[in-house]
Amino acid sequence: MNPLHHDKDIRDDIAWAQINKDILKSLENPRRGYWYTVIGCLVLLAIGITAAVLQYRYGLGMAKNHPHMWNLYIATFIFWIGMSHSGTLLSAILHIVHADWRKPIYRFAEAMTTFSLMTALLFPVIHLGRLWNFYWVIPYIPSRGTWPNFRSPLSWDGFAIMTYLTSSALFLYVGMLPDLAIARDNTSGWRKRLYTILSLGWRGDDRQWRVFRKAYMLMAIFLIPLAVSVHSIVSSDFAMSIMPGWHVTTFPPYFVAGALYSGCAAIITLFILLRYYFRWEEYMTLAILEKICKLTFAIAMVWTYLNLVEFASVWYGHDVYAKEVLWGKMTGAYAPAFWSMMFFGSVLPFTLAFQKLRRHIPAMMVVSILLNVGMWLERWMIVSPTLSQSFYPWAWDVMWPTITSWAIVLGSFGWFGLLFLVFVKIFPSVSMYEVKEMVYHRKLAREKGVAHGAVHGHAGGAQPAHSPSMKKEGNP
Amino acid sequence: MSLKNLVTDWPRYRQGIEEGGFQHYEHRWGMAIDLNACIGCNACSTACYAENNLAVVGKERFAKGHFMHWMRIERYWDENYAEQQHPEQGAHFMPMLCQQCGAAPCEPVCPVVATYHTPDGLNAQVYNRCIGSRYCNNNCPYRVRYFNFWSYYESSWPEPLNLQLNPDLTVRDKGVMEKCTFCVQRIRVAKDKARMENRKVKDGEFTTACAQACPTSAITFGDLMDQDSAVTRLWAKHEVSRYDDKGRPVQEQNKAHPELRGYRVLEELNVDPSVMYLERVREELA
Repeated sequence: MNPLHHDKDIRDDIAWAQINKDILKSLENPRRGYWYTVIGCLVLLAIGITAAVLQYRYGLGMAKNHPHMWNLYIATFIFWIGMSHSGTLLSAILHIVHADWRKPIYRFAEAMTTFSLMTALLFPVIHLGRLWNFYWVIPYIPSRGTWPNFRSPLSWDGFAIMTYLTSSALFLYVGMLPDLAIARDNTSGWRKRLYTILSLGWRGDDRQWRVFRKAYMLMAIFLIPLAVSVHSIVSSDFAMSIMPGWHVTTFPPYFVAGALYSGCAAIITLFILLRYYFRWEEYMTLAILEKICKLTFAIAMVWTYLNLVEFASVWYGHDVYAKEVLWGKMTGAYAPAFWSMMFFGSVLPFTLAFQKLRRHIPAMMVVSILLNVGMWLERWMIVSPTLSQSFYPWAWDVMWPTITSWAIVLGSFGWFGLLFLVFVKIFPSVSMYEVKEMVYHRKLAREKGVAHGAVHGHAGGAQPAHSPSMKKEGNP
Repeated sequence: MSLKNLVTDWPRYRQGIEEGGFQHYEHRWGMAIDLNACIGCNACSTACYAENNLAVVGKERFAKGHFMHWMRIERYWDENYAEQQHPEQGAHFMPMLCQQCGAAPCEPVCPVVATYHTPDGLNAQVYNRCIGSRYCNNNCPYRVRYFNFWSYYESSWPEPLNLQLNPDLTVRDKGVMEKCTFCVQRIRVAKDKARMENRKVKDGEFTTACAQACPTSAITFGDLMDQDSAVTRLWAKHEVSRYDDKGRPVQEQNKAHPELRGYRVLEELNVDPSVMYLERVREELA
């Protein structure tokens, strides 16, 4: 059979016990590639920590100069905040629209959210001149009666990110409860003790499921506007300033689109890695990969559109400074970075328009990484060109990132990778109970030969699953 | 901004913001710099280094952009100046210092209120409060804020040069932002003295280090709220354009008038700088 025609999201004849076994296996024996990646991440992290310690000791002159007060650290901060958006936001949106293909992939995507937020939070602290005083930005009860400046977008950042981190970590944890109980029942030793505490006495009785479903749905609904607001607030770091190239009205949607974009690309990368590490070909199927790729393509086009909107409004706005900055981006010292960003961000996603490529795993691995390179460049191209060429010509200066800043940026990738890899080794990174539900629904649908119907999962009170893919597969 | 201040003085804060800045001034220190008189000698900058304990960073750090000159002399050349009729005119000079804007873009963005507006019309920078997020410099159109990238004091004043440090103000360590204060220590002394003698601060009683050192008296410093001060008279004479918070002109200068040379840098941003420059008059260039 032509593999292109085999487009089921998941086989509907996998036994539930088999699902438990396959997923829990990830806690024990990953492929060797997993350990190589862990070592790689440790090396990167060591490099980053060394650079950060040196910078702490000698001063920020190791990474910045006069007009370039922000530079790479803030660019990478936005990158990680952006990366965090797809996991929780997409998981929540797909949950409330009952797209059941999210079920095998949402857990690791949410973990990605949490850990990239934890990575992002490092940067505003690392980049501070006196980082030991970073807590002055937090609105704690002050003994000296001095509060943070509520007019500064940087302090909004603090609130927004902390809120998002708390809620998405909670969303991840709550969604994991039934699986932690499964893990508790199937492991021994320290793992059993850990899961016993973490599963909060989950027994899977009817009342628990009802409460759980309600809570999970409520959190999903709460998280969608929150996630959108978080990146809008991050964008106001720039949009609220008066600098040409930063003071742009379309920045909030532009940032949210860019965030979803890089997040989706990262989901593709991690999807492929996990599928490989834990031999999850049965669960992370090509059909699901294809769906994420289509989504990424759509978001890439939104991002491209918003980019063009920004260029057009600068061009027709006739603000001489903004025009100069835009022209400087396109033709000045940063032009190679700018055009690579345009290529990776707007041209390369067209590879996702071809089914053969969407189903080609090595190609998708490369493309998804390059898309994220493009998105990282985008953030850098937001921050640096404006700093290098704003209102005052005396202060025009091009600065290329120093070794120290590169080292810290690489270190952040190590830190994120390490957190993520430790997570997938300790916690089930595919949702067992929901995959069972998905398999069960698909099986029911096939047997009954109907697309819609009163389909109730083992969960009791589960919503009828009627995703578009369901309809396609409805007929036997 | 304490919570108490925030609650009790909220209308005042709102008013300040909506009307384009702080409104209840005791003084509004201002400056006029006559570019006709400026010979680009850098005496003002040197005086500033001496008065304000500015770090001497050395050639290499300077080239990297790690400089700390609160007062800088910028040089601009006309295009193809060597081929023009009077190449001996050389560069245009521009002494640039913190413009002490009335509606300063640096103030609202500081996350910890390390920079704020004083009743004297100054942008104060509180070193002890600064955490070094450097947002203020990013939002400063003139780029006149300087960041302590290193612990400059370790090498700036080797013995016995440390004895020349001005005891009236601090030496800053790495990680804080600093900028021109209009010699706030001198302002303090003058105000204290006037208060003890139960009188108002007199115009010309004191001046900033740069104005004091200028050999051609290009810099005039004083209180813009004092109607008789030299600086107010200069501002009035040149009818500097001023706008309200909506960008509508309150007073508009006739740009065609040859005698009205006063302007404020990047006036169109409406940040209401306290420094007026008097345009340089040159021979017609061929």
